[in-house]
Amino acid sequence: MSNLSLITKGIIKENPTFVLMLGMCPTLGTTTSAMNGLGMGLATMVVLVLSNMAISSVASFIPAKVRIPCYIVIIAAFVTIVQFVMQAYVPALYETLGLFIPLIVVNCIVLGRAEAFASKNSVIRSAFDGLGIGLGFACSLTVLGFVRELFGGLSVFGHKLADADGMLAFVLAPGAFIVLGYLMVLFNKAKTKIS
Amino acid sequence: MAKESTFSNMVITLFVVCLVASAGVGGIYALTKDLIDAAKIAKVNSAISGVVPDFDNDPSAEKFEVTTDGKTSMVYPAKKDGEIVGYAIEAATSKGFGGAIVLMVGFEPDGTIYNTAVISHTETPGLGDKIDVKKSNFSVQFNGKNPETFHLSVKKDGGDVDAITASTISSRAFCDAVETAYKTFKDIQQK
Amino acid sequence: MEYILIIISAVFVNNILLAQFLGVCPFLGVSNKVSTAVGMSGAVCFVMAVATLVTYMVQYYILVPLHIEFMQTITFIVVIASLVQMVEIILKKISPSLYQALGIFLPLITTNCAVLGVAIMVVTKEFTFGGDAHLLNLGQSVVYAIASALGFGLAMTLFAGLREQLELSNVPKAFKGIPIALVTAGILAMAFMGFSGLVK
Repeated sequence: MSNLSLITKGIIKENPTFVLMLGMCPTLGTTTSAMNGLGMGLATMVVLVLSNMAISSVASFIPAKVRIPCYIVIIAAFVTIVQFVMQAYVPALYETLGLFIPLIVVNCIVLGRAEAFASKNSVIRSAFDGLGIGLGFACSLTVLGFVRELFGGLSVFGHKLADADGMLAFVLAPGAFIVLGYLMVLFNKAKTKIS
Repeated sequence: MAKESTFSNMVITLFVVCLVASAGVGGIYALTKDLIDAAKIAKVNSAISGVVPDFDNDPSAEKFEVTTDGKTSMVYPAKKDGEIVGYAIEAATSKGFGGAIVLMVGFEPDGTIYNTAVISHTETPGLGDKIDVKKSNFSVQFNGKNPETFHLSVKKDGGDVDAITASTISSRAFCDAVETAYKTFKDIQQK
Repeated sequence: MEYILIIISAVFVNNILLAQFLGVCPFLGVSNKVSTAVGMSGAVCFVMAVATLVTYMVQYYILVPLHIEFMQTITFIVVIASLVQMVEIILKKISPSLYQALGIFLPLITTNCAVLGVAIMVVTKEFTFGGDAHLLNLGQSVVYAIASALGFGLAMTLFAGLREQLELSNVPKAFKGIPIALVTAGILAMAFMGFSGLVK
């Protein structure tokens, strides 16, 4: 598999949200607007690329029985680093995403890729894999945030389209579940049509 | 492929991984600490310049604390050519729906509210977060009003403030913080 | 009084699953049957209470005095991961029957973000139970953790019951599986919104 296809498979064939259905907590919790979804997606992507690279380069030195704890510590370190960098450069976004940034540690996508891909592949391939899966995650979150923001707040990326209130339910908790359910149906329909 | 797991190499590996991870995190923390503090100060400064008329001093350098009714607020005096043109007062309330709300409220010397800004809040997205001027113009109704004649409580409670639909608690909390700021302002005036 | 408010708030009003989106993965993953849902909830409740107790003490007796609060995420996840391992070993020794019931869920709990989420929340978030915003003390934190886990269990069990019914009904092909489960969860979340305002 070429490096390019490693990236594209993460977006469609192995899309973490719509196909693998991993990392649901941030997917539902942070997508009240397209911008928040994008921010969360990119933060996760950075952690994914860095931890994939680090883990694939040290995997051969780690005894099999303690590999999961070691991976978790490595991932937690990168998450904390991303946390500091965001606090320094994009404090407003950091405040909106809040608790969900440290929770990237327990995002099943990150540990899942470490175990299933990074521990068995070269550093470069692991980086591309992280980039692909991360992009797929960021895309899904942005789309979900976009739809919720559009109907819930009548705005696109923070720009008001009309001076009126949207359908509040889309922004609140129930909207997250329902919009994701419907998007998944559309995604599956589109995928079966293509193949 | 992965090494064999003996007790000693498991312990050593875990120890080394933890050590390197902590060192890395500690290093980045030291590097970004100043930037994080600077970002916090920049946020306060931009809030100040938004809530008071044009000034030419550095309000953060002249800030002082005032305690009124047991609540401590930070006051940032804004001056132009040595004359006071307004006070930016950072006031907090704990009555928000999701927790504390911190506001920056700017007063002109006669007590009129010039403008307000939200420093931090944890209100529900789509509901209570409308206290932020970026989300709705709820907070705009305070501008140009003097709390002497403008009652700082929601209409439901007999005041003059139009509450945010379905977010009465957040609206009340906002009023509470502005009220605290106003009391602090009056306290300064009397001195 | 405050404890009652904490419990009502965490179980119904700010339900950890349906209002705060923590622990959604097991919610969708192991809620096919009511029996597994109950087992999972039991395991989560136990781990969450112990984990919150330990991380609270780690925060205030180790991290804060040493001024290394920035190590929070790493220490907490390490504490939780080792705790889950320990619980597994102890359970195996002292109560094989309980281990049989909960055992398979334990490894899944390390990556359940509800556990880490609650642990971080109780030491960073200011709550407004009964008046002013304040950080929780040790007792309140543990009660909050247990109540959150009960809320998790309640939502999980209700949802598993709904999904058992869904199995028997005629669902459009494109909606089969997770999509219809998500829409159902949305409606359940809407029902829980009816509790909002019950406790400020």
